[in-house]
Amino acid sequence: MEALYATVTGFLAASGLYLALRGRTFPVVVGLTLLSYAVNLFLFSTGGLTTNGAAVIREGVTDYADPLPQALVLTAIVIGFAMTAFSVILAMRVRGDQGSDQVNDQRGEEPKEEKS
Amino acid sequence: MMHHLIVLPILLPLLSGLLMLVKRDSIVLPRRAIALTSTAALLVISAVLVIQSDSGEITYYALGDWQPPFGIVLVLDRLSALMVCLTAFLALGSVAYACAGDDRKGSNFHGLFQLQLMGINGAFLTGDMFNLFVFFEVLLIASYSLLMHGGGKDRTQAGFHYVALNLAGSAMFLIALGVLYGTTGTLNMADMSQKVAALDPDRLGLIKAGAFLLLVVFGLKAAILPLYFWLPRAYSSAPAPVAALFAIMTKVGIYAILRVYTLIFGSGAGELANFVQPWLWWFALATLALGGLGVLSARDLRNQVAYLILISVGTLLVGVSMNREAPLAALLYYMIHTTLVSGGLFLLADAIGEQRGKAGARIVPGRGVTQPALLGLFYFIGAVTVIGLPPLSGAIGKALLLNAALPSEQPWLWSLLLLSSLAGLVAMARSGSTVFWKAGRGDSDGPRLKPAMLAGLILLLGASPALSILAGPITRFTDASATQLLDHDAYAEAILSRNIAGGDS
Repeated sequence: MEALYATVTGFLAASGLYLALRGRTFPVVVGLTLLSYAVNLFLFSTGGLTTNGAAVIREGVTDYADPLPQALVLTAIVIGFAMTAFSVILAMRVRGDQGSDQVNDQRGEEPKEEKS
Repeated sequence: MMHHLIVLPILLPLLSGLLMLVKRDSIVLPRRAIALTSTAALLVISAVLVIQSDSGEITYYALGDWQPPFGIVLVLDRLSALMVCLTAFLALGSVAYACAGDDRKGSNFHGLFQLQLMGINGAFLTGDMFNLFVFFEVLLIASYSLLMHGGGKDRTQAGFHYVALNLAGSAMFLIALGVLYGTTGTLNMADMSQKVAALDPDRLGLIKAGAFLLLVVFGLKAAILPLYFWLPRAYSSAPAPVAALFAIMTKVGIYAILRVYTLIFGSGAGELANFVQPWLWWFALATLALGGLGVLSARDLRNQVAYLILISVGTLLVGVSMNREAPLAALLYYMIHTTLVSGGLFLLADAIGEQRGKAGARIVPGRGVTQPALLGLFYFIGAVTVIGLPPLSGAIGKALLLNAALPSEQPWLWSLLLLSSLAGLVAMARSGSTVFWKAGRGDSDGPRLKPAMLAGLILLLGASPALSILAGPITRFTDASATQLLDHDAYAEAILSRNIAGGDS
């Protein structure tokens, strides 16, 4: 299970990183989103991967799941969600203000685009 | 009752920020009143906290009465009290300046400003790693909106770079936290410092990776050399009061480095003791050198101040990397000085730009300013301070730091610090003579400084003479802070060994 989990997380992170390094705003936003998914999965696994661990303390149970990573992931998801929403709006604003969705638009030679 | 004071620097801006959300697009006067009152109250509270912390006792506030290491705690020691007080002072100057009209250029400036203050204060006060992340996010998301306050093409593009970089930074922060939690099983800083000291040798590599990753994240916030590229553009395109407040943002990164790498990975960390500092030393020196070059090449006053901030970041991190009492005390004094004066210089650059009409803040001969004597005087004070010429506070800070260097460190530190100061001197002299002397006559009917702007400028730039006059008591406090900072055992003991709740007395 560990190997599969690690591969998936690593693949997500690699894809996210690749997209985040692209030159247009949309892939960058998608890349950052993928990266945050990978991070959430990673955080989730930091307590150790167990199955059938009890979440609530009960008598006679010795196998507990670590509750903290779940709380951490929940916080990270909420924050990541807000940030993604913000960056999508921002990317649209950049597109509207500059008439181009290049991340590094050179000033003085902005392409004039027809509004469709 | 006094115990609850620790949580007020977070609650007060939160409440006043929420209060301003009640009615959108309402008239601006009540908001200004709320913002000014809240920030002034924050200054008073933080001053009381500084006095309280000066007893040398480390106090904590357990949120929800969950005792450490399980619950989230806010920790008050000399350093965090000092940082909160510094933030409040800087914020008061910025808010005052913003009341002159900058707050009308977009929606809800004051509300966002208060929320950003909440994030900054929280980051300074928290004693929990994950809580530090949360407060980083609070201050970042407020700063994203503040950076783009008023709109404009430049701002959106600089803003997108800033947002994308910080999102990547947050992702790395979480990975680092995950690694640290996975290896030590705790998130409380004091508890983590104990766990790291007694670590299983097998996990050394893992935790080292986590610690370095954390350094990258804090380095991104602090704008250390390979990670600084966002800073000059973001700072020079931000509205003036926001840029002034951003002067504390790089210090949040430096504070985090200072806290984590003296407490958790400090001299008590066994095999991992002080392993980051040698790396930091070279990166800090390189930042210093590059800041000097940047200042010389800047063609806009605001850009110039942004590179001056970079020099100050280099100087501060050199102090951090020396990791002894004397340099740490020197850097804390220098930090107070540089935060206030660079905030003041951002405000001044904006005031100059406004009075020069079309030429703006660019360093080109153009129309003169309307009030050359007044602005010239401010510029002179600001320049003398930020370069570090006696008798103002910059000279004291730099002299303390230079004096604290060991003979083996002297060749590098002295040459680079003095050369970057020289670069600053040349650049400031050149831009000052271009702006004030190579200028035509000012338009006598042009815009003048409004009282609110004047108040902001006096508060921030006037702090420098005050810092030199009060250098005695302040250095005594920073000396004590440095001693306390290096005494990681006392910190851990104060947090972990008491069972009495912080909130119930």
